[in-house]
Amino acid sequence: MSADVIAPPPPENPTEDWLREERIPHIWCPGCGIGTSVNCFTQALEESKLDRDNVVIVSGIGCTGRVAGYLKLDSFHTTHGRPIPFATGLKLANPKLKVIVYSGDGDLFAIGGNHFFHAARRNVDMTVICVNNMTYGMTGGQVTPTTPIGAKATTSPFGNIEEPFNLPFIAHSCGAVYVARWTSFHVRQLTKAIRDAIAKPGFTFVEVISPCPTLFSRRNRLGDGLDAMKFYKAHSEIRNGADTREVAISHQSKIICGKFVDITRTTWHDAQAAHLHRVMGNRFVPPRNWEHLIKSDPMEDLVAETIRDSSGDGS
Amino acid sequence: MGKPGEVPLKTKVRGEVFIDDLRCKGCGFCVEFCPTDVLAMSDGYNPKGYHVPRAVNAAVCTGCNLCGLYCPDFAIFGVRNLG
Amino acid sequence: MSTAGLLTGPQFMDGDHACAEGAIAAGCRFSAGYPITPSTEVVERLAARFPEVGGVFIQMEDELAASITIQGAVWAGAKAITVTSGPGFSLMMEHLGLAAMTETPCVFVDVQRAGPSTGLPTLPAQGDMMQARFGSHGDYQIIALCPDSPQDCLDQTIRAFNLSERFRVPVLLMMDECVGHMIERVVIPEPGTCEITPRRMTALPQGAEYLPYATKDCCDMVPDMTEAGRGHTPHITGLTHDERGYPAMNTDAQRDLMLRLRDKILKFEPEIRDVRLDQVDGADVVVVCYGITSRVAIPAIETARAKGLKVGWLRLVTAWPFPEPVIRDLAARVKAFVVPEINLGQMVLEVERCAAGRARTIHVPHAGGAVHDPNDILRAIEEAAR
Repeated sequence: MSADVIAPPPPENPTEDWLREERIPHIWCPGCGIGTSVNCFTQALEESKLDRDNVVIVSGIGCTGRVAGYLKLDSFHTTHGRPIPFATGLKLANPKLKVIVYSGDGDLFAIGGNHFFHAARRNVDMTVICVNNMTYGMTGGQVTPTTPIGAKATTSPFGNIEEPFNLPFIAHSCGAVYVARWTSFHVRQLTKAIRDAIAKPGFTFVEVISPCPTLFSRRNRLGDGLDAMKFYKAHSEIRNGADTREVAISHQSKIICGKFVDITRTTWHDAQAAHLHRVMGNRFVPPRNWEHLIKSDPMEDLVAETIRDSSGDGS
Repeated sequence: MGKPGEVPLKTKVRGEVFIDDLRCKGCGFCVEFCPTDVLAMSDGYNPKGYHVPRAVNAAVCTGCNLCGLYCPDFAIFGVRNLG
Repeated sequence: MSTAGLLTGPQFMDGDHACAEGAIAAGCRFSAGYPITPSTEVVERLAARFPEVGGVFIQMEDELAASITIQGAVWAGAKAITVTSGPGFSLMMEHLGLAAMTETPCVFVDVQRAGPSTGLPTLPAQGDMMQARFGSHGDYQIIALCPDSPQDCLDQTIRAFNLSERFRVPVLLMMDECVGHMIERVVIPEPGTCEITPRRMTALPQGAEYLPYATKDCCDMVPDMTEAGRGHTPHITGLTHDERGYPAMNTDAQRDLMLRLRDKILKFEPEIRDVRLDQVDGADVVVVCYGITSRVAIPAIETARAKGLKVGWLRLVTAWPFPEPVIRDLAARVKAFVVPEINLGQMVLEVERCAAGRARTIHVPHAGGAVHDPNDILRAIEEAAR
């Protein structure tokens, strides 16, 4: 037997382990920021040391809606605007699942806005990651609820005149317990934000401002994806704990980034389990996989149920 | 130089960068944001017609994988080599 | 599954509550709904009863949400139901299509009221029958059942769940305001005494490689299912997909999927079929009816028989897939079909299509808001017998 020198296997991209490799290359354009956010997401999952069999990803429709299909997780590509109620069903039927919704600004805040508000209000335990590129990419660059005033889109060819949504403010006012915004330039901070959001019980929200070079930047003569990334680097201001009322984004102006909200509220599951246990006593039969939510002492239920808000300074 | 008695580091932490030409779409994020300026866009094209990056200054790569974290196409990554 | 909290034996309840108890008896432990007359009592009952039997109920923000929340729950391993009426049914069409496309077993209940739009919220109709069949875009097959009494609401809800699991298809329970609000004796079966179809769960171990839409090894074109959390990493999408569940944007994949979604139902129509017959052999006229109308037709038929007419009664319990062979066969033997329904002509089109000119088809329309006057049905029978 000859002593062949066996070359070490070439190292693998750390993201690779989380991808459905056979589906790569993906459909996203050169310079699109969605893939960058996916790196941060998989890095955050890696660092979270979760049992990956229990991690479920749910997407809606659109460019960001394709994220679910590229990840080697239990993945659901649902209907336009409805990933959050689908995710609600998953989580309610099996609270042991770690449920992530990954979708775009049009999907989550135009057609799906109502669902976002109510999931946040209920404090269903899930993390919503919104890649906000301020346009509908998949359908060809139409105006969205986050398109800044003055920006052009195929359905506002002379410039948008409607006030855009300030997503962190919406999330905060609807009851999200964790709210952060970063851009696809802030890869380290974004990774940490996603990791923190996933670790935190309750409805958590991370907005990722991201380039759409093909349909937003080009139409607005803002260059390519790299130009957008350079813009984020030059014009972002990190202001952790900022008042979410003051973080609205105007066209090509300062982008305030950071962790804005980090509070504690009883989750839907904790409240429901505690309340039913307290008022129904032994008549309450816990649903499958709810056993860990039931406290042995009914007084603990009362406490669990009544700690509605513990204030946080948001920093 | 360390103080007397300390074991000096044999070498600096160095790294290596790997590029998958076929996946690259030439966005330039890695070149722009590499903290040690290892990369530059090449003049050549990959089969899809994109310019791809090359490690023109490989000696200073730390393997920090910031390129990997930026790359929207999962086409580049850095690996740390210890020792 | 625990038997704690189960209700059994004779009860006195309306069809809406019976539907809820039928869901519980079928092993359903998840429901998402949104209030809408005249279906609300179903979700009210489930909201009160589920905590006693290990179930989860949530009232969602709208019917769009309710109809997809149940599908998330199904993929987390639950049997799930949503309940609505006309306007809500319209909103649910998007997710009826999703369930058909992703082969998500679940039950949609439509307690029909008069429409279109807000119509007559508290009054009956049967105007959603074609919407049940064709309401979502694209080609697909579903199963729809029509109960005619509170007891039947319970029985057909159980069957709806069984069929949804057997064929991995959304099943529609097409109630109407009358059967929903009618109060009668209902006997709830003891656990273990009625047939419950389990989910067709893959036998693959945790983490094994799994193809969510592979049907090569099964004879009935229905793939085995999994649930989130088992390491099978299924990808489930409403896009046209291959057996891996991956988007496949080409005509071959579209054809293969569409034909399978069609054939897995239509080839098994005899198994799904449930028609109730009375004196159709030798009849000159057969009254084809469903839901509350199948009861309203009975006095008309009895009067006609008393007058010496040979009249049969055919009740469609399974409305979709339409029992074509039954109507074709009868069309060769009878003079005419009489089709009373509380709409201006829906299932009658199917009867007419299958009769194919071999027997007359006489429609007895009703615009909605009440049941037929049996005399109107009687007059149609007399005309048909001429």
